[in-house]
Amino acid sequence: MSIFFYLCAAIALLATVCVITARNAVHALLYLIVSLLAIAVIFFLYGAPFAAALEVIVYAGAIMVLMLFVIMMLNQGDSTVEQERQWLAPSDWIGPGLLSAILLTLFLVLLGGNGGQAGAVNYVGARQVGAALFGHYLLAVELASMVLLAGLVGAFHLARRGQSEQEGTDHGH
Amino acid sequence: MSAPLLAQLTTIFGILTVVVLLAALLTWVERRLLGLWQDRPGPNRVGPFGLLQVVADMIKLFFKEDFVPHFADRPVFILAPTLVMATMLLGFAVVPFAPGIGIVDLNVGLLFVLAMSSLAVYSVVLGAYASNNKYALLGGLRAAAQTVSYEVFMGLSLMGVVMLAGSFNLREIVTAQEGGWFVLPQFLGFVIFFIAGIAESHRLPFDLPEAEHELTAGFHTEYSSMKFGMFFVGEYLSVILISALITTLFLGGWLGPWLPPLLWFCIKTALLVCVFVLLRAALPRPRYDQLMQFGWKVMLPLALANLLVTGGVLLWLQ
Repeated sequence: MSIFFYLCAAIALLATVCVITARNAVHALLYLIVSLLAIAVIFFLYGAPFAAALEVIVYAGAIMVLMLFVIMMLNQGDSTVEQERQWLAPSDWIGPGLLSAILLTLFLVLLGGNGGQAGAVNYVGARQVGAALFGHYLLAVELASMVLLAGLVGAFHLARRGQSEQEGTDHGH
Repeated sequence: MSAPLLAQLTTIFGILTVVVLLAALLTWVERRLLGLWQDRPGPNRVGPFGLLQVVADMIKLFFKEDFVPHFADRPVFILAPTLVMATMLLGFAVVPFAPGIGIVDLNVGLLFVLAMSSLAVYSVVLGAYASNNKYALLGGLRAAAQTVSYEVFMGLSLMGVVMLAGSFNLREIVTAQEGGWFVLPQFLGFVIFFIAGIAESHRLPFDLPEAEHELTAGFHTEYSSMKFGMFFVGEYLSVILISALITTLFLGGWLGPWLPPLLWFCIKTALLVCVFVLLRAALPRPRYDQLMQFGWKVMLPLALANLLVTGGVLLWLQ
C-alpha cells in the first residue's frame, strides 16, 4: 500500500508544481485536476472512501468545471501565454523557492519526530462523516452554511442589479 | 497468474467488450426505432435488417482523415474525446448486473458513479476549448453550465433512495428492494433523476451543447474520424449507464420472477434505453434559458422537497 501512496503523492506533488509553472491557464487547471484526483486516491487508500468520492465530485467535478468555465469565457488566447512567460522569469523563483525550502525542512523534521503513527488506518465511511458533521461539528457546519447563504444572496443581488439596469436601457430605446 | 485474478480479468474484459459493442449497436437500434416512430424505414440496406450498418459506419469512421486543426490546442484536443469513454466505462465498474456478476463491490458505489459522471463533462468542455472555434466554445460553455446545474439535483434526487436503503452500496440498494421497488415511494426522485440523466448525457431534448441548427455541431465541430466516433460512442455509453443506474436504483435491479436475474436486468435497461430514444423522437428542444430556469426553479426545489418529505416520513415511521 505504501508503494501506491508514494506513487500518488509523487503525482500530486509533480502536478501541483506543474500548476504553477504551466503558462497556459487551461493546462494549469488540468494539472490541478490531476493533483486533486491523486489526493482522492490517497484518501481512498487510507480508509476514507467517502472523503475520496466527495473530493472528486465537489472539487474535481464541480469547482474546477466552474473555473474552466470562467477561463473559457475570458477566452484570452496566445497573448496571455506570452505575458505569463515574462512574469515567470527564473529570477523571481528565488524568494518563494527559499521560503518553501525552509517549510519543507520543518515538515521533514516534524515528520521524523513521530513517524511511528504514520501507518495507522481506520475506516471512515459515510456514516461516521455524517455523525461527526451533525454531532460534534454542528456549530461549524451551521456557520459554514451561513457564509454560503450570504454568498448566495450577494450573488443574487449583483445579478439582479445588472438585469434591472439592462431593462432600463432597453426601455430607453 | 492465480485463478481468482484470471476470473476477475475475464469479467472486466467481458463487461467492457459487451458494453462497448452494445453502445456501437445502439447507433443502429436508435436510427431504426426513430424510423419506426417517424413512419420511415431507417437504415435497412446493409445486411439483414440493416444490421451491418454499424460495421459500415465503423469502416467509414476508421478510414476518414484524422484531422487536427493547426489552430487547436493539440494535447488537449487529443485528450478530450478519450475522457468521456474512460469515465463512462469506469462507471460500469460498480454496476451490479446480477448476483455474482459485476466488477467491484464498492461501499460508496453510488458516489463513484456520480463522480465519474461529473468528470465526464471535462470531455465536452475541454474538447470545445481546444478546438479554438466559436461554435465549439459556445457549445462547451452551454455544456459546462448545463451539467453543473443538473448535477446538483441529480445527486439530491438519489438521496431519497439512499435513505430508504440505508447504504451507498449499489448491491445493498438492490437487495433492499426485495419488498418493493423504490420507483413507488420515490417516484418524484425517479422522474428528477431521469430528467437529470438526459441532461447529463446531452441527449435530445437537452442536447443544446451540440444543437446543430444554431451551433453547426457544437463542441465537436472540429472533430473527425475516430475522435468524433469516441464522442459519439461515449454518448451512447452514458445512455446505457444512466439506464442501468435507473434500473438498479428504482426498478429493483436484477430482481424479478421466473426469468434469470441477468435477463431481468438487461430487459429493464433495454426498455429504459428505448424510452431515451422515444423522447428524442417525440420532444422538441427547449431554449437554453428555459432549460436553465427549469433546472433551478422547478427541479431543484422539487428535489429538496422530496428529500425533506422522505426524511420526515422515515423519521415518523421509526
